[in-house]
Amino acid sequence: MITTYQACEIKIVQQEATLALALAGDWVLDADTPLLEPLLKQMLKDSSINRLVFSTDALGRWDSLLMTDLIRIIDRGAHEGIEVDLSTLPEGIQGLLSLVYAVPERLDAKRHDTKRPWLELIGDGAISAVHEVSSLLTFVGETVLSVGALVRGKARFRMIDLWINIQDCGPSAVPIITLISFLIGLILAFVGAIQLALFGAQIYIADMVGLGMTREMGGFMAAIIMSGRTGAAFAAQLGTMQVNSEIDALKTMGFKPMEFLVLPRMLALILVMPMLCLYADLMGIIGGSLVTVGFFDVSVLEYFDRTADAIHLKDLIVGFTKCSVFGVLIALSGCMRGMQCGRSASAVGKAATSAVVSCIVFIVIADSIMTLICNRLGV
Amino acid sequence: MTPPCLAIKNMTMAYGDFVIQRDLDFTINRGDIFIIMGGSGCGKSTLLMHLIGLQRPAKGQVFYGAESLWEADIDVRQRILNRTGVLFQSGALLSSMTLAENIALPISQHTKLGAMRIRQIVSYKLALVGLAGFEDYYPSEISGGMQKRAGLARAMALDPEILYFDEPSAGLDPISAKLLDDLIRSLRDNLGSTVVMVTHELASIFAIGTNSVFLDSETKTMIAQGSPKQLLAESIDPKVIRFLTRGEMEENGLHKTNSQEHSEL
Repeated sequence: MITTYQACEIKIVQQEATLALALAGDWVLDADTPLLEPLLKQMLKDSSINRLVFSTDALGRWDSLLMTDLIRIIDRGAHEGIEVDLSTLPEGIQGLLSLVYAVPERLDAKRHDTKRPWLELIGDGAISAVHEVSSLLTFVGETVLSVGALVRGKARFRMIDLWINIQDCGPSAVPIITLISFLIGLILAFVGAIQLALFGAQIYIADMVGLGMTREMGGFMAAIIMSGRTGAAFAAQLGTMQVNSEIDALKTMGFKPMEFLVLPRMLALILVMPMLCLYADLMGIIGGSLVTVGFFDVSVLEYFDRTADAIHLKDLIVGFTKCSVFGVLIALSGCMRGMQCGRSASAVGKAATSAVVSCIVFIVIADSIMTLICNRLGV
Repeated sequence: MTPPCLAIKNMTMAYGDFVIQRDLDFTINRGDIFIIMGGSGCGKSTLLMHLIGLQRPAKGQVFYGAESLWEADIDVRQRILNRTGVLFQSGALLSSMTLAENIALPISQHTKLGAMRIRQIVSYKLALVGLAGFEDYYPSEISGGMQKRAGLARAMALDPEILYFDEPSAGLDPISAKLLDDLIRSLRDNLGSTVVMVTHELASIFAIGTNSVFLDSETKTMIAQGSPKQLLAESIDPKVIRFLTRGEMEENGLHKTNSQEHSEL
């Protein structure tokens, strides 16, 4: 359906103190409109004008375009003390105009974005950083209290939630953990093997991959994967519950959100992480063996024998401990961002993003500290 | 006679094998305030989804003028839908944008107007719904009633021929609901647009409805149509009467027989 529009125009005739505006044509959104500036200027300059009338005999269709122009003319008229006679306009336009002017504009509502001095910006940044730290400490404190309640057997949450979370964090994550750890083992072996082969010391690849995976990479990679997979999910779940007022509902029913929502998630992750870590270690070692056996002339038996010699129980315990700590950190930051979430769709997105970012930051910091401690203690 | 604004021909709505409503057949005339009513879960909102192009009917047609919405290809469908505006139940304003940006979004997408002109139109639309001066607010900073009115301003952004409302007065106090009803009616009168409304708010139905269709969840089809007042006066279907009188007629009847029994004792 193609409709042709009459070009719209505005004719201005001045009779002594009265300005007569003749509107003609179709005033619709796609049309080219005549410029209003000369008219508005005339209204501003010529102080003898005190009345404005319209004639709309030739007016065709009209929509918001005409309305916005009329509003400009009327506002200018009101500003200059010119009486604007609306009575000759079509009924519909009059009705709409009365709606527009029914509620006066809230001047205090309008915001003017002011440019703030840089000193103020720095100050604000510092204050919000302090606020951030204090809310983190509050959250950690609340978590400790609810763990205390758990130990005393007074924490209230549904067992089924714990199982569902274990299922979500554990078995469902196995495929991605398999893929990533296997590849990490493969890469570790390749990178090391090229150097070691120069000295004919290929067999030490087993030491390197075995120790690297158990002490460091297995747990670390599992934690990184879980922060993207589970940390973000926790933040999004709790954030959406916040948006839907579900958390408020739980509070009114007498549940503590920290116990009811955060504890099962945290417990699930802490229980599952060491197992995922062990599994990731195994996958990495298998990945490493594939490269070593395939390309560097070492037999499968030799490789695994060497690995068993190289890895001691303390290495596994170090890896386990690290991974459990990572589990706590992931659950903490995921749940914290979720509980702090604002009440809009975009806030949920922000919560998920900042959950992943803080998970990774915490993991890296904690890993460095623990590695340093292990080094000093000589384990 | 001009063709009706909107015609629903022999339509069946279903989710998979589960039929929600069948054999829907009615027309909506230009300038009507058309009410889709019925009990909870009868498929009112689903019907609206079919009319605004979000869900394809299992069978049957939706005609906008002479064009079939679901047989048209995607560009034509979008062009048809550009002539409609929808106010969702909770306003459905995009929470990451200010009110001005929300309203400007469809305008800048579908017209070639300049930024200055768009800003003027946005101010005009906000003033129309009584929110002049609230351009720079985010949806989360204003009340539910204001969000709904801002949603209405966005629905009207492109001067649509047909305005759809999903439960416009849900969650509003009676006075705000009445004001919204008045606003809808005066917009219809002044803009000459057609209004299609899903609601079960009896006060609104009688105050502004000029035509309606009643969907029944048991027989899974429409069991009455016509102006709500006329339905109340003339319908003989007990379900329609019970709905339009909030079941009070029946209760009164029951009460009467009870008291008769008492007097007989």
